[in-house]
Amino acid sequence: MNLSRIVITGVGLTAPNGNNLAEFRHALLTGKSGVELFETRHMGKVLAGVCKFETTRYQTRKELRVGTRAGSVSIYSAHEAVNDSAIAWDKVDKSRVGIYLGITEHGNVETENEIASLATFNNDTKFWSHYHNPRTVANNPAGEASLNLGITGPAYTLGAACAAGNLGIIHAAQMLRLGEVDFALAGGISESIRSFGIFAAFKSQGALAHHVDPTKASRPFDKSRNGIVVSEGGCIFAMERLEDAVARGAKIYGEIAGYAVNSDATDYVLPNPVRQAECIRLAIKNSGLAPEQIDILNTHATSTPLGDVQECQAVASAFEGHQLPHINNTKGFIGHAMGAAGSLELAGNLPSFDDLVVHPTINVDDLDPQCALPTLVLNQPKKVKRVDAILNNSFGMLGINSALIVKRYSA
Amino acid sequence: MTNDDIKKLVTDIIADIAPDEDLSALKPDVRLREQLQLDSMDFLDIVMELRKRHGIEVPEADYMQLATLDSCAKYLGPKFAAKGL
Repeated sequence: MNLSRIVITGVGLTAPNGNNLAEFRHALLTGKSGVELFETRHMGKVLAGVCKFETTRYQTRKELRVGTRAGSVSIYSAHEAVNDSAIAWDKVDKSRVGIYLGITEHGNVETENEIASLATFNNDTKFWSHYHNPRTVANNPAGEASLNLGITGPAYTLGAACAAGNLGIIHAAQMLRLGEVDFALAGGISESIRSFGIFAAFKSQGALAHHVDPTKASRPFDKSRNGIVVSEGGCIFAMERLEDAVARGAKIYGEIAGYAVNSDATDYVLPNPVRQAECIRLAIKNSGLAPEQIDILNTHATSTPLGDVQECQAVASAFEGHQLPHINNTKGFIGHAMGAAGSLELAGNLPSFDDLVVHPTINVDDLDPQCALPTLVLNQPKKVKRVDAILNNSFGMLGINSALIVKRYSA
Repeated sequence: MTNDDIKKLVTDIIADIAPDEDLSALKPDVRLREQLQLDSMDFLDIVMELRKRHGIEVPEADYMQLATLDSCAKYLGPKFAAKGL
């Protein structure tokens, strides 16, 4: 099958430590964390990655009142991606634009808020908001972006737990190749920190990070890691078929080289390194690259004691007999941005094509021997000779695995 | 509660529902939806806020009574009076 080549031509994002790619990249190269104490219903202060983008840059105050935080993150990121792509937006046929956003979950925040409000009215359901349904439908984040930007093509979300950020990008590539759309806004978003339930559930599971210093709490691969820091964020890429991007002289951040998605089919929450390794191997095979041609592998590792070890096992297995790529992780800086994680973590590595620097995994004071892959980039950025391909792992609950490879564009 | 009091409390609700709107020159005898960007969901917000803030119920059959500030005062006046306000 002769498939169109798909490229990334714009990046819009908000992360706990940056509100555009330049800020985010700078933070990743200078060790700037985005984790802080955050007041949460029923739980008091928890550790979280909190975004501080300008909410009224692209939304009216009324839109902010009616919509959701996820919608707001989506709208901000989508506008930034369109702007960054430098496409003549006014001339774009909006019916040929697709919005594909990965989400870990959606609706918990709005439901919790409504339940709390209802309790102040003696749980009389006549006080339940008429906005509950449009706020909690799973397509809300994409739908709000379509409303705000006047996009009349397909706009929906993909539920894929914490693999979702990669899934949005993969799905967009598929839709562009099928000719369903000509321009895609794709990635992942999350508003999860506004829900106490996600913190409480991770705490009940023994998987919620704690540390006296919030900036040190997310510490993948460190011996003393003790769980996840939940974060919010969003990252949306402008994506096009190569011929369209070249025709308009677009800046090309990278080309989708290959990807794979599979399922563990073993457990609700525990990962399966055998299936993860299969996913990584399949992505590499589908990319047509040799394992030695992967230069950076961004791990999904969430700073949980077991999960980090299992991913290291999966990576070692997938590259067995081959040179390991430089390996890093972004969650030490920003925590786990859930549905946005895959997209944000890919974005944070894309500038490596230009500056040939691998951003580090931070907060590794005492490397866990079980995670001691020899090519881990620890604590300080590393200048390297070649970055032509980046592999981005994103895994999620219910055993969904994804690996996405983006390569340097060359004609 | 005077008619002006009622118009003010309705205007206060609208200010929260439509925070981008300039309400300084609202004409009391002109339909609110002709003067403001209010959709049907916003209108339901007015009904909900009357319920939440003032314990006033507006049955669906009476929604048209809230078309203007003047009609709001006329319709809501007896309801506030019935509550001793």
